[in-house]
Amino acid sequence: MRGPSAAAPAFAAALAFCAGHALPAAGARYAPDTAYAAVMPGAVPTFPADYGSHDRFRTEWWYVTGWLKTASGKPLGFQITFFRTRPSIWRENPSAFSPRQLIIAHAALGDPTRGRLWRDQRIARAGFGLAQADAGDTRVWIGDWKLARANDGAYHAQVAGAHFSLHLTFYPTQPPMLNGASGFSRKGPDPEAASYYYSIPHLRVGGEVVRSGRRDAVSGEAWLDHEWSSAYLDRGAIGWDWIGINLDDGGAVMAFRIRGANGTVRWAGASLRDSGGALETFAPSEVAFTPLRQWKSPRTAISYPIEWRVRVGARRLTLRPLMDDQENDARRSSGAIYWEGAVRASEHGKPVGRGYLELTGYGAPMRLR
Amino acid sequence: MGARRARGGALGVWRVLLVSQIREQPARPIISVLAIAIGVALASAIFLVNGAALAQFTRAARRLVGESDVVVRGSRDGFSESLFPLLARNPDVAVASPVLEIDAALPGRPLPLKVLGMDPLRADQMQPALIAGVGAGILDLMRPDGIYLSAAAAAQLGAGRGDALAVIVGDAPKHLVVLGIIPADVYSQPLGIMDIASAQWFFDRIGRLNRIDLRLVDGRDPDAFRARLQRTLPAGIFAIAPRAERDRAATATRAYRVNLNMLALVALWTGAFLVFSTQSLSVLRRRNSLALLRALGVTRAQLERALTAEGALWGAVGGALGLGVGALIAALMLRLFTSDLGNDQLRIVGASLAAQPLALCAFFAMGVLVSAFGAWLPARAAARIAPARALKGGGGAAAVQSTAGPWLGVILCLAGVGIAWLPPVAHLPIFGYISVAALLFGAVLLVPPLTVRLLRAAPHSGRVVLDTAIAQLRDNVALSTLSLASIIVSFSLMVAMAIMVYSFRVSFENWLTRLLPADIELRVPIGSGTSYWSPEDQAKIAAVAGVERVEFRRTRQIDLAGARMPVTLIARDLTRAQAATILPLVRTVHGAAPPNARPAWISEAVADIYGYRPGGTLMLPLAGWAHRFYVAGVWRDYARSGGAIVIERADYLAATGDSTATEGAIWLAPGQDGAAVVAAVHKCFARPDSLEIRTSTAVRRHSLRIFDRAFTVTYAIEAISVLIGLAGVGFAASSTALARRAEFGMLRHIGMLRGQVIRLLAHEGVVLSTLGVLYGMTLGVVLSLVLVYVINRESFHWSIDLAIPFWQLSVLGAILVAAAAGTAVWSGRSAVSQDALRALREDW
Repeated sequence: MRGPSAAAPAFAAALAFCAGHALPAAGARYAPDTAYAAVMPGAVPTFPADYGSHDRFRTEWWYVTGWLKTASGKPLGFQITFFRTRPSIWRENPSAFSPRQLIIAHAALGDPTRGRLWRDQRIARAGFGLAQADAGDTRVWIGDWKLARANDGAYHAQVAGAHFSLHLTFYPTQPPMLNGASGFSRKGPDPEAASYYYSIPHLRVGGEVVRSGRRDAVSGEAWLDHEWSSAYLDRGAIGWDWIGINLDDGGAVMAFRIRGANGTVRWAGASLRDSGGALETFAPSEVAFTPLRQWKSPRTAISYPIEWRVRVGARRLTLRPLMDDQENDARRSSGAIYWEGAVRASEHGKPVGRGYLELTGYGAPMRLR
Repeated sequence: MGARRARGGALGVWRVLLVSQIREQPARPIISVLAIAIGVALASAIFLVNGAALAQFTRAARRLVGESDVVVRGSRDGFSESLFPLLARNPDVAVASPVLEIDAALPGRPLPLKVLGMDPLRADQMQPALIAGVGAGILDLMRPDGIYLSAAAAAQLGAGRGDALAVIVGDAPKHLVVLGIIPADVYSQPLGIMDIASAQWFFDRIGRLNRIDLRLVDGRDPDAFRARLQRTLPAGIFAIAPRAERDRAATATRAYRVNLNMLALVALWTGAFLVFSTQSLSVLRRRNSLALLRALGVTRAQLERALTAEGALWGAVGGALGLGVGALIAALMLRLFTSDLGNDQLRIVGASLAAQPLALCAFFAMGVLVSAFGAWLPARAAARIAPARALKGGGGAAAVQSTAGPWLGVILCLAGVGIAWLPPVAHLPIFGYISVAALLFGAVLLVPPLTVRLLRAAPHSGRVVLDTAIAQLRDNVALSTLSLASIIVSFSLMVAMAIMVYSFRVSFENWLTRLLPADIELRVPIGSGTSYWSPEDQAKIAAVAGVERVEFRRTRQIDLAGARMPVTLIARDLTRAQAATILPLVRTVHGAAPPNARPAWISEAVADIYGYRPGGTLMLPLAGWAHRFYVAGVWRDYARSGGAIVIERADYLAATGDSTATEGAIWLAPGQDGAAVVAAVHKCFARPDSLEIRTSTAVRRHSLRIFDRAFTVTYAIEAISVLIGLAGVGFAASSTALARRAEFGMLRHIGMLRGQVIRLLAHEGVVLSTLGVLYGMTLGVVLSLVLVYVINRESFHWSIDLAIPFWQLSVLGAILVAAAAGTAVWSGRSAVSQDALRALREDW
C-alpha cells in the first residue's frame, strides 16, 4: 500500500489552494499574502513570455487533454495537468524549504476497451531544482514528471505513475487562442474573479503510453489550456462545467459555466474559432449547458451529468463520453473529486469533433472551505 | 494392557497421596503454592510492565519511521541540507523526505519536547498515518510559527488549539502557536510537528537537516542500497535500516530489562527451593504411608511419578495464581506510576497491558517445571528406600539425602567461576547469569558433605545442651541440610545484591564528587538541543561578582554508528596533564602520545560498544568531517549510558568554529555566598529559565535521589526474595520439629527437662543458621563479584568498585540467625508440649 493514494491527503489539501480543481482556502486562519498580482483587463498575453510561469499570481495551470489511438486503432483519453500555487505564507523565511510555490501534477489515462482509468498525482514545494515552474517559457516539473516547451514550440510531457506512464510530444498546428477579452477571462459577476486564459487546440500528439507494463506507440490530438489568476472563483461559486473540443473541420470550441448554489449559474463564457482562424467569444447569455444523462459513481455515489447539450452562440453540440467512469477521486481528504473525461461531440446527429469535459463541485463535500 | 494398568495404578497412587497430603497437612501445599505464585507473579508483572512500555515505545517509533526503507541520520546538530536534493535525485530513490528533529527546550519544563520539522507533502508518503493526523491543516502548518502537538504533548503542556507555546531558542524564549492537536490514536507520545521551513527558521537551523527518510523504487534491495550509500556519506551521517532506527531505544535499555527479568527469575527459583524443602519434609513426614503403598505393590516408578506430579500440581495452581496476581500488579503499576521501572529511557505515556500469551505461558510452565523439579528430587530418593526399612522408621536421612556426591557440586562451582570470564553475548552478560546459577547450585550441592564434615569436626564443648544439639544435628544431617540450604540460597542472593547495590552507590558518590569539583553547576535546560550560551553570555557569567573562576563546556550529540544511541561529546577546558585529576579515569595510556595528536577521553561505554582502546585512534565526526583523535584514556561515566567522549575545547573550537557553551562550573571567590552568585548569574539572562543553576551539593543530592529511585524495584524484589527465604527457614524449622516429636519424647524420657529440650532446639537453630549465614555470606561475596565485575559491567558498560557493607550484612545475618533460632524454639515448644510417652509411642 504505497501507491499514489497515500499521497492523497496532502495532494487534495494543497488542491484546495488551486482554484483549478478545488476552491481557495478561504478559511485559512491567517491573512492571505496581499502580494498577489491582480488580473486586469487589457493586459494581453504575449508569447513566448506568457507560456512560462507567473509566480506572482496565486494559481496557475497547464492542462493538456486529448484523444489518442494505438496502432490497432483503439481510442484512449488522457489528461496531464501541472498546477502551480503560491501559498499565503510569510515570505521572509530564508529557508530553502520555504514553500514559496507548490507544484502539483495530475495525470490520467482512460481506456474504454478495458473500461479502466489509470491516474496518479504528485505534489511538492518548489525548490532544490526538484520541483519548479519556470518563468519565460513552459517548463514545469516535479521530480521526473515534467511538461516543457522546446524551442521549436513542441511540448514534451512525461509522467510515470502507478501502472501507467505517458511519454508524449505535442506539436502545435495552430496559434494560441486567447479566450475572453484577448485573454482576460471573467469568471463571475465580481469583476475581480477573472483569469488570464489561452488555449492551444489541435495539438498533434506522438509518443507512447505504457499501461500495466504494456508499451504502445500512440498518436492523436490534444488541447492545452494555460490559465493564471489570483481570484479565480468568487465566493458564491461551488464548481464549474467546462469543455474544450477540437472540431473535425479544424475549428475549436471552449465553453464553461460557473455554478452557484441551488443550481444557479453565476457566469458563463465561450470561445469559438472556426477553421479559418476567426475567433468569436461569447457573453454569459449566449452559452447554455443542458444535462442529458446522469451517471452515478459506484465509488463515491456522486451523480455527474456526463451527457450534455451545449449551446454556444448558434452552435448546438451534443456531448457523449468516451466511457462513463472518468471520475478522478482524491476523496481521502478535502473531497476534491471531479469528473474529467474524453467526450465525442456531435451536432444534428453527425459527429463534429472530440475533446474533454470537466465537471467539478458535484460531490457533496465540494464546497468552500 | 499392562501399561494401561500401570498408568491407572499411578493415578490411583497419586490420588491417595494427594488426598492424604491435603487432609493431613493442608498448610504445606499452601506454602508451596504461595512460593511459586509469588515467583511467577513477580516475573510476569515485571515482564508485562516492561513489555507494555516497550510495545508502546516501539509502536510510537514505528509511526515515526513510517514506511521508509532507509533512514539517513546525522547527529542532533545535523548536516547540510545539500545532501537532500542529491538523495532525492538518486535513481534508486522513489521519495526522499527531509526531517529536522529538534529537542526543544521549554521554559520551566524538565524534559524537552521532541519536534519534527517535516515537509508534510513528502512525509505524507513516509508517515501517512502521522500526517493524516495533521489532516487538512497541512497548509496551515506552513505558517512559520505554527506547530501541531500530539494529544500527549498538549495534555502535558496544558496547551490547546490557538494557544501560544513558549520555547527556548539560544538563550531567548520565542513563541509558537498551537495550530491543532494530533489525536492520541495516531501518535500516543509527546511530539510536535512543524513545517520544515518553519522549523529551520524558528530554531535558527537554516540550511540544516538531521534526518532524511528514503523510500526506494520498487524492487531495489534496501540493504544493498544502504551499504552502497553509506560509503558515499560524509562522516557522522549514517544510512540506517528502519528496524534499527525503530529499535534504537529498545536496544539501549535491553540490558536493564533483562536484568530485571533475571531478578524476577531469582525470586521464582527461590520459590522452587521452598517447594523442594517442603516437599522433602512432606515426603519424610509421609514416609510410612509411602512405604505402605510400596508394600501394597505400587512400583518405585509409580511412586516417583505420583510425588513429582503432586509437585507439578502445586506448581500449576501457584503458577495460575501468580499469573493473575502478576497481571494485577502490572495493571496497578501502569495505572499508578509511570511504566519506566526506574529507567528514564523507557519513560513512556499511556502504556497499556497487552496480553502476551506466549510469555505468560512460559512463566506458567516455568512455575510448574520448577515445582515438579523441586518435588522430583525427594520423590526419587523416597522411592528408593526399601519399604520394610521405611516401615520400621529408618532411612529418614536417606529419604532426602542428595544422591549427587560432592563432585557435582565442586564441578558446578568451578564451572561457575570459569564461565564468568567468558565474553558477553550480543552485549548481554549471558555467561554471567549462567555463572551465578552454576555457583548457586554447586554451592547448594556442597552443603550436605560440608555440613557433615563440619559437624563431625566440631569439638566437644563439655556443655551438655550444645553438644547434644550438635550430635542431634549430625544424626539428622539430611534435615539440617534442608534448613541450611534454604538459609544459604536466600541469604547469599541477598548478600550478593546488597553488595552490588552498595558498591554501585559508593562508586556513584565518589564519581559525583570527582565530577562536581566546583561550587556551582550550571547548564542549559536539560536534554535540549536548542539552547546554548553565546560567547557574550559566557563573558557575562564570568564577570559576575564573586566568581573566582568559571569553566565552560560544550556538549553535543554525535553519532558514531547509526544504529546506536548518540554519544555525548563534551568539549571542555583541560589538558592531558590535568585529565588524570579532573576525569575519573580507569585506564590511561602510559608514554607519549603521537605528535600533534588531539587527545580524546572516552567513557567505558564508548570503549565497550565501539571497541576503541586507549592509545588507539578515534575518528570523530565534527562539522561534517571525520577528525582524527587519539584515545588518551578511558573514564568512568554513570550519567550517559550511550557513551561520552571528552575532548579539549580548543580542539573542538578549531574543528567546528563553535564557541557556544551548554554547561559550566563556577568556583566562588573565598568567602562568597553561593546563593548571591546564583541570583546574579540569573540576572545575566532575560529569563530565569535560560539556564539551570544549582549548587554542587544540590546536584549531588538530586543525583543520589534519582539513583535510589532507579533501584527501588531492585530493592523490592530483593526484599521479596528474602521473605521467601525466611519463610522457607521458618517452615523448615517447624516441620523438623514436628517430624522429631518421637525424638523429643525419647529425650524427655531419658530425663531431659522440657526447658532443656527447647534450649537444645534453640542451640540447634543457632548453630545451623550461623553455619548457613557464614556459608551464605561467603557464597554471596563470590556471587557479588560476578554481579559487580561481570553482569553489571557488561549490562551497563560502566565499572564499579567493590565495596562490602559489613555493618549492614552483619545486622542482616544476626536477624536471620535470631529468626532461625526463634522459629526453632517456637515450633519446638508445641512439639515438646505433648506427652512424652505418647510421642515416643507414636509410630511415625
